[in-house]
Amino acid sequence: MNRRLAPAVNAGSMADIAFLLLIFFLVTTTIQIDSGITKKLPPPVNRENDTFIKKKNLFEVAINQENQLMVEGKVMKLSDLKKVAIAFLDNGAKNCVYCKGSKDSGSSDNPDKAVISLKSSIKTSYATFIAVQNELIAAYTVLRNREAKRLFGKTFIAMEQDLKDVSYLANKANVRQRIRKIRSMYPQKIMEAELNE
Amino acid sequence: MSKFNKKKSGELPAISTASLPDIVFMLLFFFMVATVMRQNTLMIENKLPYADQIEKLDKKDLVMYIYAGKPSSRYRASAGNQARIQLNDKFAEVGDIKAFILAERAAKREELIPFLTTALKVDGETNMGLVGDIKSELREVQALKINYTTRTGDAVDNLK
Repeated sequence: MNRRLAPAVNAGSMADIAFLLLIFFLVTTTIQIDSGITKKLPPPVNRENDTFIKKKNLFEVAINQENQLMVEGKVMKLSDLKKVAIAFLDNGAKNCVYCKGSKDSGSSDNPDKAVISLKSSIKTSYATFIAVQNELIAAYTVLRNREAKRLFGKTFIAMEQDLKDVSYLANKANVRQRIRKIRSMYPQKIMEAELNE
Repeated sequence: MSKFNKKKSGELPAISTASLPDIVFMLLFFFMVATVMRQNTLMIENKLPYADQIEKLDKKDLVMYIYAGKPSSRYRASAGNQARIQLNDKFAEVGDIKAFILAERAAKREELIPFLTTALKVDGETNMGLVGDIKSELREVQALKINYTTRTGDAVDNLK
């Protein structure tokens, strides 16, 4: 009656099995990109132009079929766009106590009135459109960050992150209210339209 | 004779591969956690543009995806060279978008419908004409929340 021990199982092929699984997952899955520029489209109303925007409150950006950029009638490089957009939004000729711009009467009255119109041709490439869009939003972000820092000692981006952060312990309603306040100081008004040529 | 057969003392011992499965399993678990199963087989080229002013879409079940771009090389012969729209696993026309959005909405619970977002995954080389058509279709079915899906990076890289 000799009780034999069970022989050790050879684990040499374990690595092969694991490799097989690994390669299966590598092939069938993707790292999903789920971030981007969020926008809200205007609702479909067929009304005549009943909203009148003064020319000085309108910042016209146009991209032609050659992907060239024209801002307020002048050809411009993409790298300069953010600076010019900030100057326009922050001009504050009328009723704006927090604006730090040049208070030029030929430019926008205040950030609430200022509207950016982004026109693109049918042949414009999507990449260029996104690049321009990104620069315009960056202009808003810079101004919002500045005001948030001044009023609440924290940048706008940091406040938005706090709101999404699950482990953020302080009062979220408070943060939400602050974000709303900053948003109302520099409301994002970007119109997208097609360039008719 | 045994003098000549003597084993060389300088020989290296074999490296133990006992921990190899552990390493591979570690990689496996990393990929299982960090990736998701492909939902749609892409039939188009989809090189997304770069942007840095981005927001994350965190609720995956509230996102509807519309892809657009040039058909990838296998489908060139049947689908042509021009940029096309892809909905689910098929090429689609601009007119199909409305039906797609309505079908997606019907599949969701009613209280979630106002929070639905449409993610536009459009190839960087696509013309804005197509994107404009997609947008006007979305406006007509009141799918107003959209997201231009981009990769994280400097916007200037788009122009190269």
